[in-house]
Amino acid sequence: MADHNHAPTEPVRFETSPERYKHWELSLPEEYGGAVARLVMNVKEDQGMRPGYPLKLNSYDLGVDLELADALQRIRFEHPDVKALVFASEKDRIFCSGANIYMLGSSTHGFKVNFCKFTNETRLYLEEMSAFSGISSLAALNGTASGGGYELAIACDEIVLQDDGGSAVSLPECPLLGVLPGTGGLTRLVDKRMIRRDLADAFSTLAEGVRGKRAVEWALVDEAPSKPKFHECVKRRAEAMVARSTRKSFAPMKFGPLSVTRTENGAEYKYVSVELDLAARTAKLTVRTPREPEPSTPAELASAGDAAWCVRAFRELDDALLDLRFNHPLIGTLALHTEGDPQAVLAVDAMLAAHSDDGLVHEVRLLIKRVLKRLDMTAKSLFAVIDGDSAFAGTLLEIALAADRTYMKDEAGVSVQVSAMNGGAYPMPNGLSRLQSRFLREPERVGRTLGHVGPIDTPAANKLGLVTFAPDDIDWDDEIRVAFEERASLSPDAMTGMEANLRFGGPETMETKIFGRLTAWQNWIFQRPNAVGERGALTLYGKPERAEFDWRRT
Amino acid sequence: MSQVNDDKIPNNVHLADDKRLQRALEAWQPNYINWWKEMGPVGFQDDQVFLRTAISVESDGWANFDYVKMPDYRWGIFLADPVKDRTIACGDDFGKPVWQQVPGEHRNTLRRLIVTQGDTEPASVEQQRLLGQTCPSVYDLRNLFQVNVEEGRHLWAMVYLLHSHFGRDGREEAESLLERRSGDADKPRLLGAFNEPCSDWLSFFMFTFFTDRDGKYQLLALAESAFDPLSRTTRFMLTEEAHHMFVGETGVLRVVERTASQMAAHKVESPDQVRALGLIDLPTMQRYLNLWFSLSLDLFGGEVSSNAASYFASGIKGRAKEASHEDHIALSSSYAMQRFQDGRLTTDEVPLRNAMNEVLRDEYVEDCQRGVDKWNRAIAAHGVAFELTLPSRRFHRHVGIHSGMSFDRAGNLITSEEFAASRSDWLPTEADKTYVKSLMTKPVYDPKQMANWIAPPKQGIKGRPIEFEYVRHEV
Ligand SMILES: [Fe+2]
Ligand SMILES: [Fe+2]
Repeated sequence: MADHNHAPTEPVRFETSPERYKHWELSLPEEYGGAVARLVMNVKEDQGMRPGYPLKLNSYDLGVDLELADALQRIRFEHPDVKALVFASEKDRIFCSGANIYMLGSSTHGFKVNFCKFTNETRLYLEEMSAFSGISSLAALNGTASGGGYELAIACDEIVLQDDGGSAVSLPECPLLGVLPGTGGLTRLVDKRMIRRDLADAFSTLAEGVRGKRAVEWALVDEAPSKPKFHECVKRRAEAMVARSTRKSFAPMKFGPLSVTRTENGAEYKYVSVELDLAARTAKLTVRTPREPEPSTPAELASAGDAAWCVRAFRELDDALLDLRFNHPLIGTLALHTEGDPQAVLAVDAMLAAHSDDGLVHEVRLLIKRVLKRLDMTAKSLFAVIDGDSAFAGTLLEIALAADRTYMKDEAGVSVQVSAMNGGAYPMPNGLSRLQSRFLREPERVGRTLGHVGPIDTPAANKLGLVTFAPDDIDWDDEIRVAFEERASLSPDAMTGMEANLRFGGPETMETKIFGRLTAWQNWIFQRPNAVGERGALTLYGKPERAEFDWRRT
Repeated sequence: MSQVNDDKIPNNVHLADDKRLQRALEAWQPNYINWWKEMGPVGFQDDQVFLRTAISVESDGWANFDYVKMPDYRWGIFLADPVKDRTIACGDDFGKPVWQQVPGEHRNTLRRLIVTQGDTEPASVEQQRLLGQTCPSVYDLRNLFQVNVEEGRHLWAMVYLLHSHFGRDGREEAESLLERRSGDADKPRLLGAFNEPCSDWLSFFMFTFFTDRDGKYQLLALAESAFDPLSRTTRFMLTEEAHHMFVGETGVLRVVERTASQMAAHKVESPDQVRALGLIDLPTMQRYLNLWFSLSLDLFGGEVSSNAASYFASGIKGRAKEASHEDHIALSSSYAMQRFQDGRLTTDEVPLRNAMNEVLRDEYVEDCQRGVDKWNRAIAAHGVAFELTLPSRRFHRHVGIHSGMSFDRAGNLITSEEFAASRSDWLPTEADKTYVKSLMTKPVYDPKQMANWIAPPKQGIKGRPIEFEYVRHEV
């Protein structure tokens, strides 16, 4: 068995750029005059992230998916005139066959869970592009889309399947592998495409999938043109998407590489630092405020480019969170700190709030929203620590509001502050702001908090309900030490489950269902002998023996 | 080691160097004094009492004896000297350095243990607050107050730990320790046995013999704690606790001595004849013994306990004199636990760690027996044919594997009807209690006198004669 208590020797790095893509090609075909981006999947079999599994039939691993995530981010910022996105495959008769089974089979449980979470986040970003950025997407299935391949398609707004007698859509995970389609497929069948549940049931147990007309009848795809009509159909739909898009153009913002210094004790970015304490299984994650004056208008933001704090700091935070998730499994608790001048954050917030109708500002707000969701979805205990050095104001206050607990030092000069950006600019996966999620029982506290003008000192923050514990300077050091030590001593599994349950009160959304139901069940199944035991279906996939199940159900 | 070095709160913990802690304790102090005046001994707060006051932890001369008014008693904070390079005495971390700070992992557990221990200290003062008004002698009155003020100091010892290591929660718990009241329906003390009033002197002696002895064993177990400040605190408390058990052991001894000597002198045997002499008959003594022994056994907790196992595993609590045991990991052995199941006596092999409460109880029972033997020697010395015995530990239990069933004194399983039929033979009846109290209606405040039902002690205190005016009480 793999030693799942240790990080893989090669750390995963998430930064990439189109010229480095191995598996995707991003283009803006002339026929659409630059309004449509085409992402063509052409997975290089022998260029998997780790050796040991050829990526056959456009199957993917994390390396493939992080290129996709990068491409989506760049389409938003670097291609402001794109109003629709078309997915296609370079492979003949295969669109995509999903996550590579041998990659999954050879991964630790922790890696599988993180991999699924990341791919789910990426697919949700695709939907967010459509819902909030005016970039609709179309899956042009010029071949079979199975498993994760169909799940990518169903994350698009529309699906066109070539009716060539061979191409099918399918979710073969249950019948073939004894696991679930873990990238939101089941949820989207009934919640997004609103397919009848009995048909969804039949589809999800039919390994060979559904083709042509029937796929249309069952609403699994929107249209199934014959091979000669396929291109025209795709074009018609893509043009219609462009026509109805409300996207506002802006000057492209290029995303350059982040500069980061990594040591065995952590990582140092421009605005973010990570300090690992492996013995305590804790990391201090600090986000610093701007030090120089930041853009105060969209034009200044455009000329500042990706050096602007509101872009750079959150790209760094995103990278740091992914690094912590994938490369530091033994870190169980994050101490969330901020540092610097709260007024500097409030100035940025004022710009972000005043110019939400600007195309670029709008994208920056969405970027911050996604990164904060990444924090919400991080399966480590999050304790915000607010002391005299902190700058938990406005957008940075969201970091404290995302925490499982907030410790605020009861001492003169310690404060937090709200801005307009706390009023719903960065909804959580449940669709509510973090303040709303916090005050489900007393919704009037949301308005009371947002109405607070100026710094909120510790007693006031405590009274508002923003703080979990407010030790005074006598107790502070010891309380903080004990809180982290105690947390680190509790079962990491129980903490992951407990936090996931407590973080997302309030309404269910497709997103909360995907993370709370689909992936939770999947993670259970991934541990079960029926999937991963010696005779389990996942273990025996591709081998001559048949799986043997323990037939008991609960 | 330092002597008393602070005017307000005598201590050897360098309180003056920790202004914050000092301020916190000084803020707690007035509430404590208010509690003492409200719930401490009734009717003697203005009297000069000849008391010992802890002033250091030196084995010779750790205490000072002098007259003091109880509210002016200088309750202090004393920790036994640190043991150099002390290591964890038991459990999974055996041999590693002890903790000077509370590890976050164990904070809640330790706090609960300290609060539970701390709660018994003021509780016993509250239980005994009326006893002074029925005292059998001034000597005994002083001993009662000595026990009371030292229980008060034990509360200080626990509050010191709560204030110094448990932050705000600790301070709130320290406040709560002053707010609960023995026997109060709304805010009772934590442990059942500490909510029964101790309303006569026979009960007081039984309490100090049996129940304080439970305290001794709990302190011995906590003295082995990996949390060094707790270990040092409890080690010093044990010094004082010895006197409390002395009061109980000699108190009961003097009662049986008096009864047995008078039975011999008057050549009487039956309880009625003994009572006619104004004495406490030996069967009544036995019934009081049965009651207090069984109540005190309950305080050790369940025979099979996952809490006990985890305390031991984490090093939070050891066995009494852990060093005298061979295996400090205690994972490879088991404890043969006798119990009744489905009406039959069975022996279960319980993992030793889970049986730690019972291990401690074993030592306690043995220690009790030594006292009972002394009492019996006194009875036998007068030629009286009567022997006091400890009942089976299954008898009259309300906690653990023997609770919920009825047993006779020998530990045989009987029906609840049979128990009810014999109850008056085994446990004090209302008539017994009324009789015992009837002997104590008049307090003895004349230093030269001793109540009829009890023999004088062998000697006075700190070289003073027995008739010394240990309490200057104006009637
Ligand atoms: Fe005590
Ligand atoms: Fe005591």
